[in-house]
Amino acid sequence: MAISLKVNGETRSVDVDPNTPLLWVLRDELQLTGTKYGCGIAQCGACTVKLDGSAVRSCQASIGDLEGASVVTIEAVDGAEAAAVKQAWQELDVVQCGFCQSGQIMQAVDLLQQGRVLSDDLIDTFMGGNVCRCATYTRIRAAIYRAGEILEG
Amino acid sequence: MTVDISRRRFLQTTAAVAGGAAVLAIGINPTGAIASTAQQGDNLSPFVKIYPDGTVSAIIKHLEGGQGTATGLSALVAEEMNMSLQDITFEMAPADNKLYANLAFGAQGTGGSTSMANSFMQYRTAAAAAREMLLQAAANEWGVKPSELTLKDAVISGAGKSGNVGQFVAAAAALDVPAEPKLKSKPEWTVIGVDQAARKDTPAKINGSAKFTMDMHLENQMVVAIRRTPRLGGLVAGFDDSAARAVQGFIKAVEMPNKKGVFVFAETTWSAFQARDALQVEWDFSAAEKRSSAELKAELMTMVSSPPEFQASKTSLAMANSAIDNAAQVVERDFYFPLLAHAPMEAMGATIEPLADGQVVLHDGAQSPASGHAVLSNILELPMDKVKVNTLYAGGFFGRRSTPDADYLVELALAFAVTDRSRPVKLQWSREDDITGGYYRPAYAHKVRVGLDDEGHIVGWDHRIAGQSLFKGTPFENFIVRNGVDHTSVEGVADTPYAIPAMHVGLTDQKGPTTPNWWRSVGHSHTGFVMECMMDLCAAAAKADPVDYRLSHLSGDSADHQRMAGVIRLVAEKSGWGADMKNGHSRGLAVHKSFNTYVAEVCDISIDAADEVKIEKFWAAVDCGIAVTPDVIRAQIEGGIGYGVGHVMRAELTLEEGVVSQSNFHDFETLRIYDLSDIEVHIVPSDIAPTGVGEPGTPPAGPALANAIAAVGRKLVTHLPMTSNGVSFS
Repeated sequence: MAISLKVNGETRSVDVDPNTPLLWVLRDELQLTGTKYGCGIAQCGACTVKLDGSAVRSCQASIGDLEGASVVTIEAVDGAEAAAVKQAWQELDVVQCGFCQSGQIMQAVDLLQQGRVLSDDLIDTFMGGNVCRCATYTRIRAAIYRAGEILEG
Repeated sequence: MTVDISRRRFLQTTAAVAGGAAVLAIGINPTGAIASTAQQGDNLSPFVKIYPDGTVSAIIKHLEGGQGTATGLSALVAEEMNMSLQDITFEMAPADNKLYANLAFGAQGTGGSTSMANSFMQYRTAAAAAREMLLQAAANEWGVKPSELTLKDAVISGAGKSGNVGQFVAAAAALDVPAEPKLKSKPEWTVIGVDQAARKDTPAKINGSAKFTMDMHLENQMVVAIRRTPRLGGLVAGFDDSAARAVQGFIKAVEMPNKKGVFVFAETTWSAFQARDALQVEWDFSAAEKRSSAELKAELMTMVSSPPEFQASKTSLAMANSAIDNAAQVVERDFYFPLLAHAPMEAMGATIEPLADGQVVLHDGAQSPASGHAVLSNILELPMDKVKVNTLYAGGFFGRRSTPDADYLVELALAFAVTDRSRPVKLQWSREDDITGGYYRPAYAHKVRVGLDDEGHIVGWDHRIAGQSLFKGTPFENFIVRNGVDHTSVEGVADTPYAIPAMHVGLTDQKGPTTPNWWRSVGHSHTGFVMECMMDLCAAAAKADPVDYRLSHLSGDSADHQRMAGVIRLVAEKSGWGADMKNGHSRGLAVHKSFNTYVAEVCDISIDAADEVKIEKFWAAVDCGIAVTPDVIRAQIEGGIGYGVGHVMRAELTLEEGVVSQSNFHDFETLRIYDLSDIEVHIVPSDIAPTGVGEPGTPPAGPALANAIAAVGRKLVTHLPMTSNGVSFS
């Protein structure tokens, strides 16, 4: 069954089992490999993408439910918040192995787009589902605060 | 491990013709001499390449899996080439055991926190030779002396002339390689030791373009998943793939030649996982593990209460006992450490790509590229020169991407071998494969009795350790095991820097249920915990401050004592050790030497009304010799603390009749952002050759937390993880 959806601004059509998770459509069908497989059960956040404006775990979204949906991945995420997050990640050299960082960045962009006052509790709540086995957590936290500063100008 | 190489033995170049253009490449030849491509052709492993367009590239021979290898090695080349870390590029080295041998292992590999120690002289010397040859080539062309010229930011200038290094590459490559190029001295350094955020791999890792092993996608590839035995050691007795055939994209299911599972080939990863799960498999458990964790733990605890199998110290058990029996007081504890998975974010996998000319390429985030090279050559019956290795980024490894039996590479090669070899084959493990796969940090038990005199000084120490040997029964046994003692089972205890009289160390090997696999910091992952908890218990018994007590056992003139005491003093000073703590707050100290690096850590915690513990802050001081890239060092210590403390808090794998009870991150619980919000790392200034930082941050983290919890009068937790032994975290 062919399904059409918008991925990073382009309309793409895929013909796969409708139960296939968006994660595997992105990686195996569209070769957008910046979105990572970490656990497959929404426990790690490595596969986080924007789906119709919200951050979701793409391992849990079946492609059959996504006709006409709009997906944005790490390869194309943009706007003021994304630019601020990437700048902060660069300034603080947050990454180590880097495998989880696409998901961390997508989740952090979503947090900043909430436009709320940043606090440790808010960061804990928003980022608590994203695992980093290299434990770059203190730098992720610092970079989110830094991105907030950049956005405030 | 001591790395001592004479520069004379080791340098040489290449003026290889790559794509029609000359490249100046300098590295070592098969005899270990520094050489150029002009002299050696392909038979050279370059550390630095300078291209005709003026690009300077560092060739990275150690895997980049987050430790910052690419940045550290690039810094060494940039320094001698007088250019910024931002302007240098890097490339991953191909697999070549002889050419890229890690001096510590005698084979190409990454581990034991050796990358920087190993490369510090090699890369600087190669880059210094390149600099001198380029200056000589320019001097020859301009008819001046090399001493009149300087190289900076890829431009050679002087004597009224100036030109990009690229234009001298061909001429430089034809020159003899200087036997002893002059290295820049420390006061001349402008890259090494500069505190800057300049990771070479950051840009690609924040825009999704970095290629990990899992990201390899080749035209016409098949994906293979493996249905594995649910009970460790089970073998396939038969299978039915009728349900799997209904999965869109399913290609075929084939019993593995070693009967350890069934290969399921499919067009995509999802299809492979679905078809794998749909397979009906009959297992033969006659030789499988049937024991449970409770039994295995009880066996370990009995072992450490019995006379040990091997003596790992000069002091005998009788001598230690005699000293302890005459002591004024005795401090005694036993300890238990559970099985742990490495669980790097990227689960295991790799791809074999067949080329038209009969060659194959292994695409792998290879911790031991040479091992993959040999495995493919053997299993596919191809000469070594028909097997190429393309090293990709590893999504973390912590030891897991290298096992004595090269597990996932053998699986991949066997899978490729059962096809007609016309299509690329990509092996992909699921997270469940990773957690239940049986490649673990083994479980260990310790039992320690310490005798103190009436002033609280240690007069005798009996230390028993039991667990599975990492190296017995592997090809590396002869290098590591002496008189029955696998050094990695006792490292950190048998070679402790503390001045401890009458110290007996005994070891008993358990015949364990799993495949032991070195795990970040190896033996130190348990020995550091035990030593540092015992030092705190002894300090308490002696009514002494934990800092003072440790320093009183590190009062010698040796470098070991000076450096270990140095990091303790630094962390005490920076953390304000000794100041009054707020109500409900406390702190703990731990220090440990591993991989020739010294790290002291202070853990600050609070305990709330509900008796839940929260880690407020970690402080660390590290002495790793010369700090080549300080921010990378801090990042590694931060990550090492997180890895160490996270597992001590909540992580364990348990067995029920040989079946692993956990399967994914919901029950193999990992550290999360809310667990650890603040870490402050300080680096001891040093002129000593650099040592590793990938692992040494890990061992002190757990005992610093345990000591902090005990500091408020609670029982010291010595059986791990803490959450299974009476501690809750907020």
